[in-house]
Amino acid sequence: MKSARPDSQGHFGPYGGIFVPETLMEPLRELTRVYKVAQKDPAFKKELDYYLREYVGRPSPLWFAQRMTAQLGGPKIYLKREDLNHTGAHKINNVVGQALLARRLGKTRLIAETGAGQHGVATATAAALFGMECTVYMGKVDMERQALNVFRMESLGAKVVAVTAGQQTLKEAINEAMRDWVSNLRNTHYVLGTAFGPHPYPMIVRDFQSVIGKEARKQILKAEGRLPAAVIACVGGGSNAIGIFSAFIKDEGVRLIGVEAGGLGIVPGKHAARFAGGKVGVLQGTKSYVLQDDDGQILLTHSVSAGLDYASVGPEHAMLHDTGRAEYTYIEDADAVAGFDQLAQWEGILPALESSHAIAWVVKNAGQFAKNDIVIINVSGRGDKDVQQIAEWKKGQSTK
Amino acid sequence: MKKTRVDQKFAALKKQGKKGFIAYIGAGDPSLDDTVDIVLRLEEAGVDLVELGLPFSDPLADGRVNQDAAARALEAGATFDGVMNCVAKIRERSQIPLIFYAYLNTLYARGFEKAMNEAAAAGIDGFLILDMPREESGPYRKFISAASLNSIVLITPTTPEERMKQIVKDASGFVYCVSREGVTGVRDSIAEGARGLVGKIKGHTRLPVALGFGIGTPPQAAEAASFADAVVVGSAIVNKFHNNPHTPEGRADAAAFVAEMVKAVKAVNSPL
Repeated sequence: MKSARPDSQGHFGPYGGIFVPETLMEPLRELTRVYKVAQKDPAFKKELDYYLREYVGRPSPLWFAQRMTAQLGGPKIYLKREDLNHTGAHKINNVVGQALLARRLGKTRLIAETGAGQHGVATATAAALFGMECTVYMGKVDMERQALNVFRMESLGAKVVAVTAGQQTLKEAINEAMRDWVSNLRNTHYVLGTAFGPHPYPMIVRDFQSVIGKEARKQILKAEGRLPAAVIACVGGGSNAIGIFSAFIKDEGVRLIGVEAGGLGIVPGKHAARFAGGKVGVLQGTKSYVLQDDDGQILLTHSVSAGLDYASVGPEHAMLHDTGRAEYTYIEDADAVAGFDQLAQWEGILPALESSHAIAWVVKNAGQFAKNDIVIINVSGRGDKDVQQIAEWKKGQSTK
Repeated sequence: MKKTRVDQKFAALKKQGKKGFIAYIGAGDPSLDDTVDIVLRLEEAGVDLVELGLPFSDPLADGRVNQDAAARALEAGATFDGVMNCVAKIRERSQIPLIFYAYLNTLYARGFEKAMNEAAAAGIDGFLILDMPREESGPYRKFISAASLNSIVLITPTTPEERMKQIVKDASGFVYCVSREGVTGVRDSIAEGARGLVGKIKGHTRLPVALGFGIGTPPQAAEAASFADAVVVGSAIVNKFHNNPHTPEGRADAAAFVAEMVKAVKAVNSPL
């Protein structure tokens, strides 16, 4: 097993690193320095814990999904309820941490990219909470399919900028956020929302999201007195997955299963399953698996879920993939929507379309486990934001 | 390493006591055949060196003008092979120094060593790789010099002086000084502090220093040339060629726009 820490330049094995224009090198080093100091400062930990407990509402419950378990005939399924966090997803864990870092850096403005809108909402929320200015970049296509979250961000006082380049989704929003950052370094902190991008972001985001795994591990030991057979999470950039995986990496008997977006099937341009259809490349500051053509041009992606609709994946996942410590698989749109419905009807929980991929994988693969095995699914967010998208998707299916 | 056309050009400029003018265009915008025509016209307009943007789908250091140029090139079918072919065609008719402005993934996908060798064989003189900072360049740098190519490096207003010293050690050809924090694109004025930054760089290297990012008018070009060894103009030129009709007249008018800026730069006397 490789060390869980990246090296000083942010390499996870052959992945990660800092592939950015020179202008960003010093700001990234400054962020790394401030983070290192904060990590060793008990006052920072106390402050972070305070906001996570009193504002976010942590710890989030680990719910025994009794009816889902019965329906599938085992394994015993537990749901880590990140959907119950303030703002409705795991994204807030990282945002609160980064906003506190931004304050230490003396920055007065937060910017963010967002796909499904959950990270944008979380950033707009933290900006309101800490009295900072906020601009969120969002692909125009995503703004249309996640209109509710656009309204939420604007209500929170953030400016939402529509990105009209390329396929107008998450990747283009990241490009645009980086361009803003490089132009406004003096007063602005870029709150990257996933365990991706140049070092130190994959490490910082992983660390702030590791609270999910730490809680879940403690909770399952308390509830069952043993470790799960598997931990399952959806993987877009990979922050909710790395957050819950990180606590179990050393528990070698625990399978770590990352579920990517299979979209309409593994055909170039129709999915976002980077491990199934990608190869190693450099995109947006880091080296990882990338969906690209032979010339290194980034391919279009598709997923019913905006949060998974992205051409690359966090570098630590790339390393976990290669070392075999984690397994990566995918679920197609139709199964993800079915997973959404099933969890809604079995447990009274509307999962986000992203999380529905993890749910659907367990529904389809329950037979891999013994009846008495335990599995934990990370319900990374709630699905309220997705109801219109799902309704339209279903309408599209019925008229086909 | 043998002298590239870039090295020779800067040596000649120094001898003449003149400042250099570097033009950036996106390769393949609006087509690779047009790129051959445009480069020849730029040379006629007095441009000393052309930076060819190797089109990439996600050019995060670029402003909208150059992003759109890359998108148009890709849309028109500019592949890596096509661009190499285009360079070879330029070389049949011109010995103007040519460098590639590139993002790493397009080279990585090709195989970095192979990309360097193919570019050199086509007639390229150097590379400026936007998203390959010094820390990550270790495995790649040797292939640039092995192909007898210049390795152009970026220094920006955020680069600390200690780091600047390290960066210029790896450079050849010239040092590209980014005048401001931000992406490429025309601005109203030359950034304050650019003069000081160029001076600082010159304290650490004998290489010529070119100033770029945000320059787009004859007075700005002249101002930049008063303290830098060369001036880089990109978006303004890309814009002009794009907005003009793609006819001989439209091209000639765009070339005349460039010639005005070249003239302003050449009017600046350089101490020998």
